[in-house]
Amino acid sequence: MKVIKIDKKDWAGGLDKASSGYRFFGPVEDKECHNFKELDKGELPDFNFSNTRLSAKSVVFPQTEAMFEYSLDENEADHHLMKECRKNDAPRAVLGIRPCDASAFLLVKRNFDNPEYRDPWWVKAYESTTFAGLACNNPCASCFCTSAGCGPFDEKGLDVLLVDAGDHFLAKVVTEKGRKMLAAAGWNAETDADIEALKKDAESKISSFVPTDKLKDKTTMELYNAAFWEEAAFACLNCGTCTYSCPTCWCFDIQDESKGKSGIRMRNWDSCMYPLFTLHGSGHNPRGTKIHRVRQRFMHKLKYYVDKYGDGIQCVGCGRCIRLCPVNIDIRKICEKMNSYEPKAGDCNR
Amino acid sequence: MQNPYLPYPVRIDSIITETEDRNLKTFRFVFLNPDDEKKFAYQSGQFAELSVTGKGEIPIGIASSPTEKGFVTFTVNKVGLVSSYLHSMKVGDIMGIRGPMGHPYPWDVLKGKNVVIIGGGFAFTTLRSSIIYMLHPENRSKFKDIHVIYGARTPGMLLYKNELAAWEKRDDIRMNITVDGTKDPDWKYNVGFVPTITEKKAPNADKDTYSIICGPPIMIKFTQPVLDKLGYAHDHIIMSLENRMKCGIGMCGRCNVGKDFVCKDGPVFTLSQLETMPQEY
Ligand SMILES: Cc1cc2nc3c(=O)[nH]c(=O)nc-3n(C[C@H](O)[C@H](O)[C@H](O)COP(=O)(O)OP(=O)(O)OC[C@H]3O[C@@H](n4cnc5c(N)ncnc54)[C@H](O)[C@@H]3O)c2cc1C
Ligand code: SF4
Ligand code: FES
Repeated sequence: MKVIKIDKKDWAGGLDKASSGYRFFGPVEDKECHNFKELDKGELPDFNFSNTRLSAKSVVFPQTEAMFEYSLDENEADHHLMKECRKNDAPRAVLGIRPCDASAFLLVKRNFDNPEYRDPWWVKAYESTTFAGLACNNPCASCFCTSAGCGPFDEKGLDVLLVDAGDHFLAKVVTEKGRKMLAAAGWNAETDADIEALKKDAESKISSFVPTDKLKDKTTMELYNAAFWEEAAFACLNCGTCTYSCPTCWCFDIQDESKGKSGIRMRNWDSCMYPLFTLHGSGHNPRGTKIHRVRQRFMHKLKYYVDKYGDGIQCVGCGRCIRLCPVNIDIRKICEKMNSYEPKAGDCNR
Repeated sequence: MQNPYLPYPVRIDSIITETEDRNLKTFRFVFLNPDDEKKFAYQSGQFAELSVTGKGEIPIGIASSPTEKGFVTFTVNKVGLVSSYLHSMKVGDIMGIRGPMGHPYPWDVLKGKNVVIIGGGFAFTTLRSSIIYMLHPENRSKFKDIHVIYGARTPGMLLYKNELAAWEKRDDIRMNITVDGTKDPDWKYNVGFVPTITEKKAPNADKDTYSIICGPPIMIKFTQPVLDKLGYAHDHIIMSLENRMKCGIGMCGRCNVGKDFVCKDGPVFTLSQLETMPQEY
């Protein structure tokens, strides 16, 4: 695959040139942390970050999104009918997304784009996006991406892999989409520079490892009934920070919101940490306790997903939930417990 | 790309108040675009999202049978936001339905078999659909004996009273209607809880006999031991779950029981399947 050298002094000019064909999204600093936002014309992404506070999932899957609009005014011909909201599906590019966040989209795609149903908003946004990722030269201590089927230079979710090499970027062209974006920016200086050494160096800095190999062989009910859930959930506040910051959490709620005689049906991120998530109209709640909800989150990521798709865990090892959890719940420790769990004779089975 | 969240527009064609407490109404809908009726091809046991514009959507079992053409019906209990608003709507009002969703009862497996239908309270809706379907002249010969055990608190709380009375008169379906109690001197049928009547009236198990059971958790809890006593294998006991739902198509993530989504992989499961799943329903 081709590698293009982009001199940093040509960075702003290239983006400006390409901006007629792309809406750019990138990390910018705001209130002591970096987050992704749509860049204004001429605004540059700020690559002076380890990783963004929230993941980049909102670029494709906004925290709140209008699905349909409707009128309740009976004088209008199409009153009470749902009309799909028009969306801006013009090509967009995410600059500086970390490889973990990009590969998270592949895990999430299995949910939104499957043989039976395709989620039109997610699919269109995803397909119109070019992912120009930024390799992690200095992965942080809570990352365990290499244990989660990913890595600091992982390319599988990307169209272009950018490597910061001091006064220039090395841009590895991963897909045709990526090639087009680089061409649109006028970056075309091919180089035979090797990024393998940088990659090995970055991978060697990963200090956190989590075994996941035995998860698939455990039975669901044995793990579900394991004694450690009570302790795991003890301190949890059910605040939902983990699910909101996670690039691989996709649960959402649907609500109608009317103002006067018109309104929208919209969806909003939701969280399995909240009791309302599963509360029935009758008052019955199948996940009525904190233990149920904490167990659901980890069982989903580390067992149900593993069994459903047979291709690893629903986590890319970005470490956000570990860094942001107010009570220090650590998915690495839970994963270790699950992976090494052996039911004791006499444990009940339900 | 077909948008799976877009409801088919429908008009409320009739509304019947079913029960004496007026909390259950049967809504009959007609599709505004006749082609949508074909797209909504369904089988008994499936459900749909009723979309009340401006209020939201609720998952409701389809109470009509695929053999009934030109309309679809749903029987809705008045519970919270959406269902209460729906109860206040009128014939002619426009709303939407989205579906059909989920797996139906396993009609391929049930072909050539005895079918024992056990229902309680208002969870009789997809069972009504199933009975109408099986009794249809084109279908009746595909099934052996059909038994029905259906109970409600009082005679006035039974759904579909006229149809129940008509089925009672037929000789190709064995009806066992029951109520928990009644002061009505003219009550001709059983008095007793569903589990008790099941014990007395349900046929013994054999490999060609399947039971479909839908009802409140308490009824299911006490009926299951009865079926065990009668010898029903757990893969011959078919149930339908009702978890809270939004999308209905396996995407929003809230209705799962273990790795299965009730909306997409269910709502119909056999008891043997449920025994390998967390009890989160
Ligand atoms: C597969 C299936 C079939 C069903 N069939 C019927 C039926 O035939 N007749 C009937 O009366 N009821 C049925 N229900 C239950 C019915 O969906 C709820 O009573 C209804 O959603 C309550 O909504 P609400 O807005 O009135 O209540 P609220 O408590 O205000 O609910 C707000 C939202 O929560 C969700 N919700 C609340 N309770 C439930 C619940 N028990 N199940 C699913 N979602 C819920 C809905 O999305 C609803 O929009 C069925 C449920 C499922 C899952
Ligand atoms: S579960 Fe935690 S570590 Fe894994 S992808 Fe989500 S936020 Fe990152
Ligand atoms: S209702 Fe959304 S996943 Fe089942």
